[in-house]
Amino acid sequence: MASLNVRATLVSLLILVLLLGLWEALNQPPAATEALTEFELLMGGADDEARVPPPSAVLQHAWHELSNPFYDAGPNDKGIGIQLAYSLLRVLTGYFGAALIAIPLGFVIGMSPLMHKALNPFIQVLRPISPLAWMPLALFIIKDSEQSAIFVIFICSIWPMLINTAFGVANVREDWIRVAQTHELSHLQTAFQVILPAAAPTILTGMRISIGIAWLVIVAAEMLVGGTGIGYYVWNEWNNLDLNSVIFSILMIGVVGMVLDMALGRIEKLVQYEE
Amino acid sequence: MPNHFVSVEGLTKKYPSKNGELVVFEDANFTIEKGEFVCIIGHSGCGKSTILNVLAGLDSPTGGNIIMDGKEVIGPSLDRGVVFQNYSLLPWLSTLHNVSFGVKARWPQWSKQQVEAHSSKFLEMVGLAHSLHKKPSELSGGMRQRVSIARAFATSPKLLLLDEPFGALDALTRGVIQDELIKIWNETHQTVFMITHDVDEAILLADRILLMTNGPDARVAESVKISIERPRNRANIIEDPGYYKIRNHLVNFLIKRSGQLSGSDTGRGEPPKLVDPANSHLSAEQIRTQSEDSTSLAVKAAS
Repeated sequence: MASLNVRATLVSLLILVLLLGLWEALNQPPAATEALTEFELLMGGADDEARVPPPSAVLQHAWHELSNPFYDAGPNDKGIGIQLAYSLLRVLTGYFGAALIAIPLGFVIGMSPLMHKALNPFIQVLRPISPLAWMPLALFIIKDSEQSAIFVIFICSIWPMLINTAFGVANVREDWIRVAQTHELSHLQTAFQVILPAAAPTILTGMRISIGIAWLVIVAAEMLVGGTGIGYYVWNEWNNLDLNSVIFSILMIGVVGMVLDMALGRIEKLVQYEE
Repeated sequence: MPNHFVSVEGLTKKYPSKNGELVVFEDANFTIEKGEFVCIIGHSGCGKSTILNVLAGLDSPTGGNIIMDGKEVIGPSLDRGVVFQNYSLLPWLSTLHNVSFGVKARWPQWSKQQVEAHSSKFLEMVGLAHSLHKKPSELSGGMRQRVSIARAFATSPKLLLLDEPFGALDALTRGVIQDELIKIWNETHQTVFMITHDVDEAILLADRILLMTNGPDARVAESVKISIERPRNRANIIEDPGYYKIRNHLVNFLIKRSGQLSGSDTGRGEPPKLVDPANSHLSAEQIRTQSEDSTSLAVKAAS
């Protein structure tokens, strides 16, 4: 019997082939019953009903796009690589900006019951706000669509990091704090040598949730602000009625999101400890 | 008044509660000499752990004070090392780093090599030379407690506080680690204050055993001298002529007098009564009747 991994891969491939086959079979243009007119030939067949392009067409298009991902032929025609790079840059800028504030603030909230009680109402009200709801206000105040998109990423990725850091810090085992105390560690040493490593797995979980949300939100934000980025690309190709590109970019969004999550997952494993 | 290494004077701990206040212990007085191994025994709830935490500086008393080496004890310090019952190792650090964590804090000016050499020396003493790079989660309970003991001894505190260090271990492991503790203590002659529930363990390890009455309102009633020759070991200590005299005295206290004396005013505010059962002319029976007499006298006087 092959190992579980091998069997799982086989089943995955089987499902993939089935789905693609079904998709391919259901989306073939009907065969012409009579000779096509010149006009019909020009319009791409005798099909008067719009269809989702079959996977073979999408794959062909993907191959074409991926073989030259970084071309730049003007504002409305850039390679997929460039668009993804713009989105990633915005996500990472907003995300690390959020981490810079959320983690220290989370420490403060986690270590001080006073600050926890004082700041909790603000967090509870601000957290459930859809990040896109901030967009008009951000555009008005910042007066720059690019930076407004980054702000939206910032505001949506701050909450999971803040809450998880505060929770992780507040729940560091009392014994470990006592070990720090009996070894005369200063507050700063205690924070870095005991509380940070103890809370690191919880903090990283928060960071992993945040990067996922940020990647979800960037697509919507870029559809709004336009210009560059994968979200804009999807919407632009929809306006061009190029469904091959739309499907291709949807898949690319998924792939990049998965890579981001895996990267954070790796780091999470590094700081994990067993009690 | 002779100068003691540690002197605990009028130590009191009270908590506010629904009906007035809860007195955990009141007016505890005792002393510890340099290089002495002192155990404290008492029933649960008599405040042993609180006394130890106050000695460690992790808890503050309601009244009274502790003088160690001429200075008042305020707050935690590297001068007082603690071994907790649940080991309290940092799980993300290896065995070696758990010990060097303490050593680095103690001697920040040491080089990395010095710190590691010193740390491994103490881990070798407790028989863990082969597990330097294992994480605590890969060690058994007994091995974890040895790391914790090595960490405490490696920082050579002036006073070492052990809070029921073997409480969570099975009897066999407990015996092995008691031997390790004796070995490392013989080499360092560290001053130790240890909480235990185990009478035999206390006799094996201690120079003196402090006995506490039942709580609430507990106090340190007796200080029992263990005059059994060192080096001692588990196998032949029971053959010592004094062993059973001491053991009977302790068990008798725990079963009977700890309850009888609880809350009574006999000897309140005084240092604990010094007893040396192994060299006493009185049998355990006589000591018991004697203390019963004094208790009934006290009760009469009070009524």
